[in-house]
Amino acid sequence: MADGKATGQTILVVGGGLTGLTAAVESAEVGHHVILLEKEPQLGGRVSQHNKYFPKLCSPSCGLEINYQRIRNNPRITVHTLAEVTKIEGQAGNYRVSVRKAPRFVSDKCTACGDCSRACSTEVEDPFNLGTAKAKAIRNAHAFAFPSHYFMDPGFAGSEEARKLVEVCPVGAIELDQQAETLELSVGSIVWATGWKPYDAEKIRPYGFGRHANVTTNMRFERLASPFGPTQGKLVRPSDGKEVRKVAFVQCAGSRDHNYLAFCSRICCLASMKQATYVREQYPDSEVTIYYIDLRAMDRYEAFLKKVEADSQIRWTKSKPARIDEDPATKDPVVVGEDTLTGVRYAERYDLVVLATGMEPMSSSAKPPADGVTQDAYGFVVNDGGPVIACGCSAGPVDVASSVQTGTAAALKAIQTALKAGGR
Amino acid sequence: MEKKIGCYICKGCGIGDNLDVGALESVARKDQKIPVVRNHEFLCGSEGLELIRKDMESEGVNALVIAGCSPRAKVDEFRLGAALMDRVNLREQVLWVQPVAEGDDTAEEDRQMAAVDYLAMGCVKVKKMDAPIPFEDPGFSKDILVVGGGVAGLTAAKNIADTGYKVVLVEKSDDLGGMLSRMHKVSPTKPPYKDPEENPIAGLIAAVKGNGAIKIHTGATIKKTAGAPGLFDITIVKGGKESTERVGAIVVATGFGLYDAGKLPAQLGHGSSPDVITSLQFEEMAKAGKIVRPSDGQPAKRVAFSLCAGQRSTEHLEYCSGACCVYSLKQALYVKEQYADASTYLIYQEVRTPGQMEDFYRKVQDEGGVFIKGDVTQVAKGAGGGLSVEVNDKLLRGKEKLEVDLLVLAVGMTPSLDTVDPNKASPVGAGEFDYTKSVLNLDYRQGPSLPELKWGFPDSHFICFPYETRRTGIYVAGPARRPMGIAASVSDATGAALKAIQVVESVARGAAVHPRAGDLSYPSFRKEGCTQCKRCTEECPFGAINEDDKGNPLFNPTRCRRCGTCMGACPQKIISFANYSVDMIGSMLKEVEVPEEDEEKPRILIFACENDAYPAMDQMAQNRAKISPYVRVIPLRCMGSMNLVWVADAMSSGYDGVLLMGCRHGDQYQCHNVRGSALAEIRLSKVSETLDRLQLESARVRMVEVNIMDADKLPEVINGFVDDIMEFDPNPYKAF
Repeated sequence: MADGKATGQTILVVGGGLTGLTAAVESAEVGHHVILLEKEPQLGGRVSQHNKYFPKLCSPSCGLEINYQRIRNNPRITVHTLAEVTKIEGQAGNYRVSVRKAPRFVSDKCTACGDCSRACSTEVEDPFNLGTAKAKAIRNAHAFAFPSHYFMDPGFAGSEEARKLVEVCPVGAIELDQQAETLELSVGSIVWATGWKPYDAEKIRPYGFGRHANVTTNMRFERLASPFGPTQGKLVRPSDGKEVRKVAFVQCAGSRDHNYLAFCSRICCLASMKQATYVREQYPDSEVTIYYIDLRAMDRYEAFLKKVEADSQIRWTKSKPARIDEDPATKDPVVVGEDTLTGVRYAERYDLVVLATGMEPMSSSAKPPADGVTQDAYGFVVNDGGPVIACGCSAGPVDVASSVQTGTAAALKAIQTALKAGGR
Repeated sequence: MEKKIGCYICKGCGIGDNLDVGALESVARKDQKIPVVRNHEFLCGSEGLELIRKDMESEGVNALVIAGCSPRAKVDEFRLGAALMDRVNLREQVLWVQPVAEGDDTAEEDRQMAAVDYLAMGCVKVKKMDAPIPFEDPGFSKDILVVGGGVAGLTAAKNIADTGYKVVLVEKSDDLGGMLSRMHKVSPTKPPYKDPEENPIAGLIAAVKGNGAIKIHTGATIKKTAGAPGLFDITIVKGGKESTERVGAIVVATGFGLYDAGKLPAQLGHGSSPDVITSLQFEEMAKAGKIVRPSDGQPAKRVAFSLCAGQRSTEHLEYCSGACCVYSLKQALYVKEQYADASTYLIYQEVRTPGQMEDFYRKVQDEGGVFIKGDVTQVAKGAGGGLSVEVNDKLLRGKEKLEVDLLVLAVGMTPSLDTVDPNKASPVGAGEFDYTKSVLNLDYRQGPSLPELKWGFPDSHFICFPYETRRTGIYVAGPARRPMGIAASVSDATGAALKAIQVVESVARGAAVHPRAGDLSYPSFRKEGCTQCKRCTEECPFGAINEDDKGNPLFNPTRCRRCGTCMGACPQKIISFANYSVDMIGSMLKEVEVPEEDEEKPRILIFACENDAYPAMDQMAQNRAKISPYVRVIPLRCMGSMNLVWVADAMSSGYDGVLLMGCRHGDQYQCHNVRGSALAEIRLSKVSETLDRLQLESARVRMVEVNIMDADKLPEVINGFVDDIMEFDPNPYKAF
């Protein structure tokens, strides 16, 4: 940069979901050097697990691809996957950050040809599909994974089959002796964008998730609806593969409740409306019921609520269900409660119940390892001038648009902090 | 600089085992006259890359044709500093989608023909490309204009200045502070999210006034915004005097209007008593001190708040303002703060207190705030000079009457930008804003306003890229962009400040901003060929092209997003980019060897949007789906750049059909260039004339919407089209 405005120290972005990669590309396109860390083998975070976005019902991959293209074409961005921050020291403009990088067991020689995965007979738990499917022990997480090179499940790396697979790779990219390494980074500022995880639905005992076969969660339902998911997008129920014709969505499953997640996750109402359209589109004779406390379709999303409301096959019941039972013979879940508007008690049988569980910040368990970070009672990071600049769902439960928006704002704060290096 | 092309064919990933690489080399060397042609077993490995690097150093190779995998793979590896490059996608586009059974010679021959065609197209593409020379202008400014001196505008201005850039701030009223300066306190932003916080506006005003990098014009409006990013010339009018400022980018933070309470239904009682007031009037009262009944000055201890006063209603504001529930909670606490024996009633449709504001909601409940789900059905005089507010309580399922001192109507936010057609009537309940007067008065051929998406808010990809407007370098922040509260406006303005800084820095490098960030190419045109048809100036989705008096286009390279829509629109084929032109694509498609009619091997051309359709095709290849060997794919920057002459060229060259794969368009558009695929469809509707002239069936040319996730559907789309084409007789122009 001619006037030096856009130089300064490198910016570290922790978290490669939509928020973090937005912060990374937006600051790099100003002219700064950025290191982007992601703990999974690929970028994309939670949005990449979604089938569609509300309200346009379009694919997250469309916007992600543009962002990946921006990364591919920008040599100022360095990406580290399977990387987690273990320690942060120093002060604004001059931080020292330790990073643990787990072995991938596949080097960047990998051409993503897929020979290894096709040859591999071992299947393992697949976190990307949230337990709805198994996956090959050496693979690419999903269709549009970026970086596209493969990774091996760490539990598999010591196996006999893994050794055989080394020979399968035509370019010699499988390296079973890879060890975890520690990176020591010197950076000017740190953006914290570690996002969220789905609230553990098993904790909501009355709803029977984990005990009742046909009670699932909203995030699992996204995988079920995805053409790249466990059923190639066919909406069927877990117990018997039957097509789901009568589906209930239970809002605030754990949310707005002091026993579980006391805050509102903001997006669940809209997500369930979106998922209701998945059901209605796939099965024209299907019926959907949405049990809710308040319908929170903020600002312009009101139009989406109106659109979904126009479908007479979607019923709305203002009620927080008391419990969900299971018919032992049919495995049908039965939702039990009282309609707040009519006072009528109900016990309604469904093919499938989807719990609209909330977003728990990753930072509630994986706290930023630095002194001076303020977090609220839920674990969200408070932006009060501490060592990390929080954005997206690290700072509060937000939707996709706000994740991008706050990621962009955090990019500016990171630039300002990085410019403080060397007494600027 | 003399162009010297090197062509490198990778034999890895099965290419060497399945294709005749020697024959491909000979195509490059003999047919295409490429001076340096080599192959390697594993080109993206260190040894293969070294081979290329060596040729660049010692042989003077400066333009590369890399034949191997998809251009979306191994990008870092092949970033070798060559001025020009094309990646020929033999792996995904040939090998993986054309599996050949052992001994099937025909299939093997078809596959080799495809590889030859793609390689030839890659060579001709690089021959037809020049390295873009970044656009520069000695007049570039990195200063930034902020329009609006409310909390969003002040936040943007302060943040831009804090990052080291100069700011010109224009505010139409005589004072800074906007709506927030009329308010008492703000809703909680910090844990435990229970109490209203001090209003930050005075501190913000002081910080902006005290910052030497911010030049403030109050009582000022903008008469004209001419120019382009880096080169905007702003004519500011203040007290009848004009001055001009050169800036590089613009943040628009004009805030919001309040829905005109006079237009609300009579049952809400506005105008029936001085004790029915709006939420802003209530803020002003709280800020001034005592909360009283305006009618008689008596303490207002019993206050009802009617939420959604006009919002979420087809007759008034169709959207939710997103902030009223939370600010009404805050206002209920104002009453509690003043009167220990206060009674507050919040009459709501749905309580919308997202995120941690749920804690604030609980606080008001704990303080005794009464929440009633229902509507105000009537407002009448009550006992003791108060109001009797009748409410239809949906939970208790009956009508009840509240005896209160004050009824506060939580009116919604109206847009503040003239994003609507100036010839149309103002939006519903426009309040104080005159939508016929433009804020920016853009000196753009496509009009003075930012294009609107819905309800008077500016057009954008509001999910994935919410800051994008359709006017490059102009970013909208705060409730002018989308209804939002104070904390959200502060964050929004901070991000808009980043985008403004990013555009001035990108302009200084000659680089495009989103979605083709970093692209150095820009359109140029051959003026003598222009017929002043104005299609380019009308169709540019970003309003980048003005016109001179005679109707010739005047390009503004820094407004350009490099989509090529102008190039696609031009019937004279005179608009081109250094590395992307009508001639380049036309030459590529002519490089494909079209078999003779009696060979019964049709050729079908696919133009694929490189943003969505092309990645979907890569994905289809990863799935090893089989597609017809008769198709040839050419990626386009955007369907908007599709020039009909290519369709005519393809048909007259003997292709049997042309398939266009573009993004979803219309209200829910996904086209990254907003209008590109829509314009391509419009152009295509005129293609039947061309086909009629050639005496060909119009069904030979089709456009389909392809989503990036359509990998599983694509084989059917492609093979189905091929089958349809094979129903026709071969294109009679093959013979020529």
